Amino acid sequence: MSTATKRALLRPIVDDNPVTLHVLGICSALAVTTSLLPSLYMCVALTVVAALSNAAVSAIRHILPSSIRIIVQMTIIASLVIVVDESLKAFAFETSRELSVFVGLIITNCIVLGRTESFASKNPVGLSFLDGIGNGLGYSTILILVATARELLGAGTLLGYTIFPNAADGGWYKPNGMMLLPPSAFFVIGLIIWAVRTWKAEQVEKPDFRIHEVHRTEAL
Amino acid sequence: MGSYAELFIKAVFVENLALSFFLGMCTFLAVSKRIETALGLGAAVVGVQLITVPANTFLYNYVLKEGALAWAGLPEIDLSFLGLVTYIGVIAAMVQILEMVLDRYFPPLFHALGIYLPLITVNCAILGGSLFSVSRDYTMSESVVYGVGSGFGWALALVALAGIREKLKYSDVPAGLQGLGITFIIVGLMSLGFMAFAGIQL
Repeated sequence: MSTATKRALLRPIVDDNPVTLHVLGICSALAVTTSLLPSLYMCVALTVVAALSNAAVSAIRHILPSSIRIIVQMTIIASLVIVVDESLKAFAFETSRELSVFVGLIITNCIVLGRTESFASKNPVGLSFLDGIGNGLGYSTILILVATARELLGAGTLLGYTIFPNAADGGWYKPNGMMLLPPSAFFVIGLIIWAVRTWKAEQVEKPDFRIHEVHRTEAL
Repeated sequence: MGSYAELFIKAVFVENLALSFFLGMCTFLAVSKRIETALGLGAAVVGVQLITVPANTFLYNYVLKEGALAWAGLPEIDLSFLGLVTYIGVIAAMVQILEMVLDRYFPPLFHALGIYLPLITVNCAILGGSLFSVSRDYTMSESVVYGVGSGFGWALALVALAGIREKLKYSDVPAGLQGLGITFIIVGLMSLGFMAFAGIQL
Protein backbone atom coordinates (compact mmCIF):
# COMPACT_ATOMS: atom_id res chain seq x y z
CA MET A 1 0.00 0.00 0.00
CA SER A 2 1.36 3.45 -0.85
CA THR A 3 1.69 6.05 1.89
CA ALA A 4 -1.10 8.28 0.55
CA THR A 5 -3.54 5.38 0.46
CA LYS A 6 -2.56 4.28 3.93
CA ARG A 7 -2.94 7.81 5.27
CA ALA A 8 -6.38 8.25 3.73
CA LEU A 9 -7.56 4.92 5.07
CA LEU A 10 -5.96 4.67 8.52
CA ARG A 11 -5.37 8.16 9.86
CA PRO A 12 -9.06 8.92 10.56
CA ILE A 13 -9.30 5.94 12.92
CA VAL A 14 -7.34 7.40 15.86
CA ASP A 15 -4.97 10.19 14.84
CA ASP A 16 -7.48 12.22 12.88
CA ASN A 17 -10.74 10.81 14.21
CA PRO A 18 -13.74 12.77 12.89
CA VAL A 19 -15.72 12.35 16.12
CA THR A 20 -13.24 12.85 18.94
CA LEU A 21 -10.96 15.39 17.25
CA HIS A 22 -13.17 17.35 14.86
CA VAL A 23 -16.50 17.05 16.76
CA LEU A 24 -18.24 15.98 13.56
CA GLY A 25 -21.12 13.61 13.04
CA ILE A 26 -22.15 12.93 16.60
CA CYS A 27 -25.60 14.29 15.85
CA SER A 28 -27.51 11.46 14.33
CA ALA A 29 -25.62 8.59 15.84
CA LEU A 30 -25.69 8.50 19.61
CA ALA A 31 -29.37 7.73 19.93
CA VAL A 32 -28.91 4.34 18.27
CA THR A 33 -26.11 3.18 20.58
CA THR A 34 -28.33 1.68 23.29
CA SER A 35 -27.55 -1.71 21.75
CA LEU A 36 -24.84 -3.03 19.48
CA LEU A 37 -26.78 -4.45 16.52
CA PRO A 38 -28.50 -1.24 15.31
CA SER A 39 -25.17 0.57 15.83
CA LEU A 40 -23.44 -1.88 13.48
CA TYR A 41 -26.08 -1.25 10.80
CA MET A 42 -25.66 2.48 11.34
CA CYS A 43 -21.87 2.18 10.91
CA VAL A 44 -22.22 0.25 7.66
CA ALA A 45 -24.83 2.71 6.37
CA LEU A 46 -22.66 5.73 7.13
CA THR A 47 -19.48 4.17 5.72
CA VAL A 48 -21.24 3.27 2.46
CA VAL A 49 -22.74 6.75 2.11
CA ALA A 50 -19.45 8.50 2.97
CA ALA A 51 -17.39 6.39 0.53
CA LEU A 52 -19.83 6.59 -2.38
CA SER A 53 -20.62 10.29 -1.99
CA ASN A 54 -16.90 11.06 -1.77
CA ALA A 55 -16.29 9.09 -4.98
CA ALA A 56 -19.23 10.74 -6.77
CA VAL A 57 -18.29 14.28 -5.77
CA SER A 58 -14.67 13.62 -6.67
CA ALA A 59 -15.69 12.31 -10.11
CA ILE A 60 -17.49 15.55 -11.01
CA ARG A 61 -15.08 17.91 -9.25
CA HIS A 62 -13.73 19.47 -12.47
CA ILE A 63 -17.10 20.32 -14.01
CA LEU A 64 -18.94 21.42 -10.85
CA PRO A 65 -19.31 25.23 -10.56
CA SER A 66 -18.35 26.22 -7.04
CA SER A 67 -21.37 28.49 -6.53
CA ILE A 68 -23.80 25.57 -6.55
CA ARG A 69 -21.55 22.86 -5.14
CA ILE A 70 -23.18 22.61 -1.70
CA ILE A 71 -26.65 22.00 -3.09
CA VAL A 72 -25.28 19.44 -5.59
CA GLN A 73 -23.40 17.64 -2.81
CA MET A 74 -26.52 17.62 -0.63
CA THR A 75 -28.55 16.13 -3.49
CA ILE A 76 -25.95 13.39 -4.10
CA ILE A 77 -25.81 12.57 -0.39
CA ALA A 78 -29.59 12.62 -0.01
CA SER A 79 -30.02 10.27 -2.99
CA LEU A 80 -27.46 7.82 -1.57
CA VAL A 81 -29.14 7.92 1.84
CA ILE A 82 -32.48 7.14 0.20
CA VAL A 83 -30.90 4.08 -1.47
CA VAL A 84 -29.43 2.92 1.86
CA ASP A 85 -32.70 3.60 3.70
CA GLU A 86 -34.78 1.67 1.17
CA SER A 87 -32.36 -1.29 1.17
CA LEU A 88 -32.47 -1.42 4.97
CA LYS A 89 -36.26 -1.43 4.83
CA ALA A 90 -36.13 -4.26 2.30
CA PHE A 91 -33.51 -6.53 3.92
CA ALA A 92 -33.46 -5.65 7.64
CA PHE A 93 -36.93 -4.37 8.39
CA GLU A 94 -36.85 -4.82 12.19
CA THR A 95 -33.58 -2.93 12.58
CA SER A 96 -34.70 -0.20 10.21
CA ARG A 97 -37.72 0.36 12.47
CA GLU A 98 -35.41 0.62 15.46
CA LEU A 99 -33.18 3.13 13.66
CA SER A 100 -36.32 5.11 12.67
CA VAL A 101 -35.41 8.62 11.50
CA PHE A 102 -31.72 8.29 12.24
CA VAL A 103 -30.81 6.70 8.91
CA GLY A 104 -32.38 9.71 7.20
CA LEU A 105 -30.34 11.97 9.41
CA ILE A 106 -27.12 10.68 7.81
CA ILE A 107 -27.86 13.43 5.23
CA THR A 108 -27.06 16.12 7.76
CA ASN A 109 -24.19 14.15 9.29
CA CYS A 110 -21.33 16.61 9.19
CA ILE A 111 -18.76 13.88 8.47
CA VAL A 112 -20.22 13.17 5.03
CA LEU A 113 -20.58 16.78 3.88
CA GLY A 114 -17.32 17.71 5.61
CA ARG A 115 -15.35 15.07 3.70
CA THR A 116 -16.94 15.75 0.30
CA GLU A 117 -16.30 19.46 0.77
CA SER A 118 -12.78 19.35 2.19
CA PHE A 119 -11.30 16.19 0.65
CA ALA A 120 -13.25 14.84 -2.33
CA SER A 121 -13.49 18.18 -4.14
CA LYS A 122 -9.67 18.29 -4.38
CA ASN A 123 -8.55 14.67 -4.72
CA PRO A 124 -8.86 11.85 -7.29
CA VAL A 125 -11.72 9.35 -7.20
CA GLY A 126 -9.91 6.31 -5.75
CA LEU A 127 -8.28 8.21 -2.92
CA SER A 128 -11.55 9.98 -2.07
CA PHE A 129 -13.34 6.65 -1.93
CA LEU A 130 -10.74 5.34 0.53
CA ASP A 131 -10.94 8.54 2.56
CA GLY A 132 -14.71 8.01 2.85
CA ILE A 133 -14.16 4.45 4.06
CA GLY A 134 -11.47 5.62 6.50
CA ASN A 135 -13.69 8.26 8.03
CA GLY A 136 -16.56 5.80 8.15
CA LEU A 137 -14.26 3.45 10.08
CA GLY A 138 -13.21 6.22 12.47
CA TYR A 139 -16.86 6.96 13.17
CA SER A 140 -17.63 3.24 13.48
CA THR A 141 -14.86 2.74 16.05
CA ILE A 142 -16.41 5.32 18.37
CA LEU A 143 -19.95 4.11 17.75
CA ILE A 144 -19.03 0.47 18.43
CA LEU A 145 -17.11 1.38 21.61
CA VAL A 146 -20.04 3.41 22.93
CA ALA A 147 -22.61 0.79 21.98
CA THR A 148 -20.58 -2.05 23.53
CA ALA A 149 -20.18 -0.16 26.80
CA ARG A 150 -23.85 0.79 26.94
CA GLU A 151 -25.34 -2.58 26.03
CA LEU A 152 -22.92 -4.54 28.22
CA LEU A 153 -23.33 -2.38 31.33
CA GLY A 154 -26.96 -1.49 30.71
CA ALA A 155 -28.38 -4.91 29.96
CA GLY A 156 -25.52 -7.39 30.49
CA THR A 157 -25.81 -8.59 26.88
CA LEU A 158 -23.97 -8.14 23.56
CA LEU A 159 -25.85 -8.48 20.26
CA GLY A 160 -28.63 -10.01 22.35
CA TYR A 161 -26.44 -12.81 23.84
CA THR A 162 -26.06 -12.80 27.62
CA ILE A 163 -22.52 -11.97 28.75
CA PHE A 164 -23.15 -11.01 32.36
CA PRO A 165 -25.98 -13.19 33.80
CA ASN A 166 -28.70 -10.90 35.09
CA ALA A 167 -29.43 -10.69 38.82
CA ALA A 168 -33.15 -10.89 38.08
CA ASP A 169 -32.61 -14.32 36.44
CA GLY A 170 -30.40 -15.69 39.20
CA GLY A 171 -27.03 -14.33 37.92
CA TRP A 172 -24.69 -11.91 39.64
CA TYR A 173 -24.88 -8.78 37.47
CA LYS A 174 -27.27 -5.99 38.39
CA PRO A 175 -27.84 -3.96 35.18
CA ASN A 176 -27.16 -0.24 35.39
CA GLY A 177 -30.37 1.18 33.95
CA MET A 178 -28.83 4.60 33.36
CA MET A 179 -26.60 3.16 30.64
CA LEU A 180 -29.71 2.70 28.50
CA LEU A 181 -30.74 6.36 28.93
CA PRO A 182 -29.42 9.26 26.79
CA PRO A 183 -27.08 10.89 29.38
CA SER A 184 -24.79 7.86 29.53
CA ALA A 185 -23.86 8.23 25.84
CA PHE A 186 -22.46 11.68 26.59
CA PHE A 187 -20.51 10.35 29.57
CA VAL A 188 -19.07 7.43 27.61
CA ILE A 189 -17.96 9.70 24.73
CA GLY A 190 -16.45 12.17 27.21
CA LEU A 191 -14.47 9.34 28.80
CA ILE A 192 -13.36 7.98 25.39
CA ILE A 193 -12.09 11.44 24.46
CA TRP A 194 -10.25 11.62 27.76
CA ALA A 195 -8.64 8.23 27.14
CA VAL A 196 -7.65 9.06 23.53
CA ARG A 197 -6.14 12.39 24.53
CA THR A 198 -4.20 10.89 27.40
CA TRP A 199 -2.73 8.44 24.88
CA LYS A 200 -2.19 11.01 22.10
CA ALA A 201 -1.22 14.07 24.11
CA GLU A 202 -0.89 16.32 21.02
CA GLN A 203 -4.70 16.32 20.66
CA VAL A 204 -5.21 18.09 24.01
CA GLU A 205 -6.85 21.52 23.62
CA LYS A 206 -5.27 24.66 25.04
CA PRO A 207 -7.25 25.98 28.02
CA ASP A 208 -8.67 29.52 27.76
CA PHE A 209 -7.50 30.37 31.22
CA ARG A 210 -4.91 28.85 33.56
CA ILE A 211 -5.30 29.15 37.32
CA HIS A 212 -2.03 27.47 38.28
CA GLU A 213 0.14 29.71 36.14
CA VAL A 214 -1.28 32.75 37.92
CA HIS A 215 -0.39 31.20 41.27
CA ARG A 216 3.09 30.34 40.08
CA THR A 217 3.82 33.87 38.84
CA GLU A 218 2.54 35.24 42.13
CA ALA A 219 4.94 32.92 43.98
CA LEU A 220 7.81 34.15 41.83
CA MET B 1 -56.02 23.41 23.67
CA GLY B 2 -54.75 21.19 26.48
CA SER B 3 -53.29 18.66 24.08
CA TYR B 4 -51.34 21.39 22.28
CA ALA B 5 -49.90 22.62 25.59
CA GLU B 6 -48.92 19.05 26.43
CA LEU B 7 -47.29 18.58 23.02
CA PHE B 8 -45.36 21.82 23.52
CA ILE B 9 -44.10 20.87 26.98
CA LYS B 10 -43.19 17.43 25.71
CA ALA B 11 -41.25 18.87 22.77
CA VAL B 12 -39.40 21.37 24.95
CA PHE B 13 -38.49 19.30 27.99
CA VAL B 14 -39.24 15.58 27.76
CA GLU B 15 -38.16 14.99 24.17
CA ASN B 16 -35.59 17.75 23.96
CA LEU B 17 -33.96 17.41 20.52
CA ALA B 18 -30.47 18.17 21.78
CA LEU B 19 -30.42 16.35 25.10
CA SER B 20 -32.50 13.25 24.50
CA PHE B 21 -32.13 12.70 20.75
CA PHE B 22 -28.59 14.09 20.32
CA LEU B 23 -29.67 16.22 17.34
CA GLY B 24 -27.80 19.29 16.18
CA MET B 25 -24.84 18.25 18.31
CA CYS B 26 -22.15 19.68 16.02
CA THR B 27 -23.50 23.22 16.16
CA PHE B 28 -24.56 22.66 19.76
CA LEU B 29 -20.98 22.02 20.84
CA ALA B 30 -19.36 24.51 18.47
CA VAL B 31 -21.54 27.57 19.13
CA SER B 32 -21.97 27.26 22.89
CA LYS B 33 -18.90 29.21 23.95
CA ARG B 34 -20.62 32.59 24.41
CA ILE B 35 -24.17 33.38 25.54
CA GLU B 36 -24.83 36.14 22.95
CA THR B 37 -24.08 33.99 19.92
CA ALA B 38 -26.02 31.13 21.51
CA LEU B 39 -29.07 33.40 21.89
CA GLY B 40 -28.84 34.53 18.26
CA LEU B 41 -28.53 31.02 16.88
CA GLY B 42 -31.29 29.79 19.19
CA ALA B 43 -33.68 32.46 17.89
CA ALA B 44 -32.80 31.56 14.30
CA VAL B 45 -33.46 27.87 14.92
CA VAL B 46 -36.88 28.59 16.46
CA GLY B 47 -37.77 30.72 13.42
CA VAL B 48 -36.62 28.12 10.90
CA GLN B 49 -38.38 25.28 12.74
CA LEU B 50 -41.60 27.32 12.80
CA ILE B 51 -41.55 27.45 8.99
CA THR B 52 -39.94 24.19 7.89
CA VAL B 53 -41.69 21.64 10.11
CA PRO B 54 -45.24 22.64 9.04
CA ALA B 55 -44.06 23.08 5.42
CA ASN B 56 -42.59 19.58 5.28
CA THR B 57 -45.59 18.07 7.07
CA PHE B 58 -47.83 19.79 4.51
CA LEU B 59 -45.77 18.44 1.59
CA TYR B 60 -45.82 14.92 3.03
CA ASN B 61 -49.57 14.92 3.64
CA TYR B 62 -50.63 16.48 0.33
CA VAL B 63 -47.94 15.40 -2.16
CA LEU B 64 -45.69 12.59 -1.02
CA LYS B 65 -47.77 10.19 1.10
CA GLU B 66 -49.32 7.14 -0.52
CA GLY B 67 -52.62 8.28 -2.03
CA ALA B 68 -51.92 11.91 -1.10
CA LEU B 69 -52.16 13.03 -4.72
CA ALA B 70 -55.83 12.00 -4.83
CA TRP B 71 -56.77 15.70 -5.08
CA ALA B 72 -54.93 15.80 -8.42
CA GLY B 73 -56.68 12.69 -9.67
CA LEU B 74 -53.70 10.37 -9.09
CA PRO B 75 -54.76 8.28 -6.06
CA GLU B 76 -52.40 5.33 -6.62
CA ILE B 77 -49.07 7.23 -6.62
CA ASP B 78 -46.72 6.79 -3.64
CA LEU B 79 -43.84 9.27 -3.60
CA SER B 80 -42.82 8.78 0.04
CA PHE B 81 -39.35 7.52 -1.03
CA LEU B 82 -38.62 11.06 -2.27
CA GLY B 83 -39.17 12.39 1.25
CA LEU B 84 -35.57 12.95 2.32
CA VAL B 85 -34.54 14.87 -0.81
CA THR B 86 -37.68 16.98 -0.60
CA TYR B 87 -37.24 17.90 3.06
CA ILE B 88 -33.61 18.90 2.73
CA GLY B 89 -34.48 20.93 -0.37
CA VAL B 90 -37.29 22.71 1.47
CA ILE B 91 -35.01 23.43 4.42
CA ALA B 92 -32.22 24.80 2.22
CA ALA B 93 -34.70 26.97 0.30
CA MET B 94 -36.42 28.24 3.48
CA VAL B 95 -33.11 29.18 5.09
CA GLN B 96 -32.13 31.04 1.91
CA ILE B 97 -35.49 32.89 1.86
CA LEU B 98 -35.27 33.71 5.56
CA GLU B 99 -31.79 35.07 4.97
CA MET B 100 -33.00 37.36 2.17
CA VAL B 101 -36.05 38.55 4.14
CA LEU B 102 -33.96 39.33 7.22
CA ASP B 103 -31.35 41.12 5.10
CA ARG B 104 -34.04 43.29 3.51
CA TYR B 105 -36.28 44.09 6.50
CA PHE B 106 -34.29 43.42 9.70
CA PRO B 107 -30.63 44.17 8.87
CA PRO B 108 -29.47 44.40 12.55
CA LEU B 109 -30.76 40.88 13.28
CA PHE B 110 -29.26 39.64 9.99
CA HIS B 111 -25.83 40.94 10.92
CA ALA B 112 -26.11 39.58 14.46
CA LEU B 113 -26.78 36.06 13.14
CA GLY B 114 -24.05 36.24 10.49
CA ILE B 115 -22.58 32.90 9.52
CA TYR B 116 -24.93 30.86 11.72
CA LEU B 117 -27.92 31.35 9.46
CA PRO B 118 -26.60 29.36 6.45
CA LEU B 119 -25.18 26.73 8.82
CA ILE B 120 -28.71 25.93 9.97
CA THR B 121 -29.26 24.05 6.69
CA VAL B 122 -26.99 21.26 7.83
CA ASN B 123 -28.26 21.26 11.42
CA CYS B 124 -29.67 17.81 12.16
CA ALA B 125 -32.16 19.30 14.63
CA ILE B 126 -34.03 20.97 11.75
CA LEU B 127 -34.21 17.88 9.55
CA GLY B 128 -34.89 15.76 12.64
CA GLY B 129 -37.85 17.94 13.62
CA SER B 130 -39.39 17.50 10.17
CA LEU B 131 -38.75 13.74 10.14
CA PHE B 132 -40.26 13.25 13.61
CA SER B 133 -43.28 15.34 12.70
CA VAL B 134 -43.86 13.27 9.55
CA SER B 135 -43.20 9.88 11.12
CA ARG B 136 -45.56 10.62 14.04
CA ASP B 137 -48.37 11.71 11.68
CA TYR B 138 -48.90 15.13 13.25
CA THR B 139 -51.74 17.25 11.85
CA MET B 140 -50.93 20.70 10.45
CA SER B 141 -51.68 22.59 13.68
CA GLU B 142 -49.84 20.00 15.78
CA SER B 143 -46.81 20.32 13.51
CA VAL B 144 -46.73 24.11 14.08
CA VAL B 145 -46.74 23.55 17.86
CA TYR B 146 -44.14 20.79 17.58
CA GLY B 147 -41.91 22.93 15.34
CA VAL B 148 -41.88 25.87 17.76
CA GLY B 149 -41.58 23.61 20.82
CA SER B 150 -38.69 21.54 19.51
CA GLY B 151 -36.84 24.65 18.30
CA PHE B 152 -37.39 26.37 21.64
CA GLY B 153 -36.19 23.33 23.58
CA TRP B 154 -33.03 23.16 21.47
CA ALA B 155 -32.40 26.89 21.95
CA LEU B 156 -32.96 26.56 25.71
CA ALA B 157 -30.42 23.76 26.01
CA LEU B 158 -27.92 25.71 23.87
CA VAL B 159 -28.16 28.90 25.96
CA ALA B 160 -27.96 26.94 29.23
CA LEU B 161 -24.83 25.12 28.04
CA ALA B 162 -23.26 28.40 26.89
CA GLY B 163 -23.88 29.85 30.37
CA ILE B 164 -22.21 26.89 32.03
CA ARG B 165 -19.23 26.98 29.66
CA GLU B 166 -18.67 30.71 30.28
CA LYS B 167 -18.34 29.97 33.99
CA LEU B 168 -16.23 26.90 33.30
CA LYS B 169 -13.36 28.95 31.87
CA TYR B 170 -12.13 29.52 35.41
CA SER B 171 -12.21 25.93 36.60
CA ASP B 172 -9.28 23.55 36.69
CA VAL B 173 -10.02 20.74 34.24
CA PRO B 174 -7.67 17.73 33.76
CA ALA B 175 -5.58 18.17 30.58
CA GLY B 176 -7.15 15.32 28.60
CA LEU B 177 -10.67 16.49 29.36
CA GLN B 178 -9.96 20.13 28.42
CA GLY B 179 -12.44 21.59 25.90
CA LEU B 180 -14.44 18.89 24.15
CA GLY B 181 -14.21 16.17 26.80
CA ILE B 182 -15.54 18.19 29.71
CA THR B 183 -18.26 19.64 27.47
CA PHE B 184 -19.54 16.13 26.81
CA ILE B 185 -19.63 15.37 30.54
CA ILE B 186 -21.54 18.62 31.20
CA VAL B 187 -24.04 17.88 28.45
CA GLY B 188 -24.51 14.45 29.99
CA LEU B 189 -25.28 16.00 33.38
CA MET B 190 -27.69 18.48 31.75
CA SER B 191 -29.39 15.64 29.95
CA LEU B 192 -29.71 13.83 33.29
CA GLY B 193 -31.35 16.96 34.70
CA PHE B 194 -33.79 17.19 31.80
CA MET B 195 -34.79 13.57 32.38
CA ALA B 196 -36.41 14.73 35.61
CA PHE B 197 -39.10 16.30 33.40
CA ALA B 198 -40.03 12.90 31.98
CA GLY B 199 -42.85 12.35 34.46
CA ILE B 200 -44.69 15.59 33.62
CA GLN B 201 -48.26 15.05 32.46
CA LEU B 202 -50.71 17.86 31.71
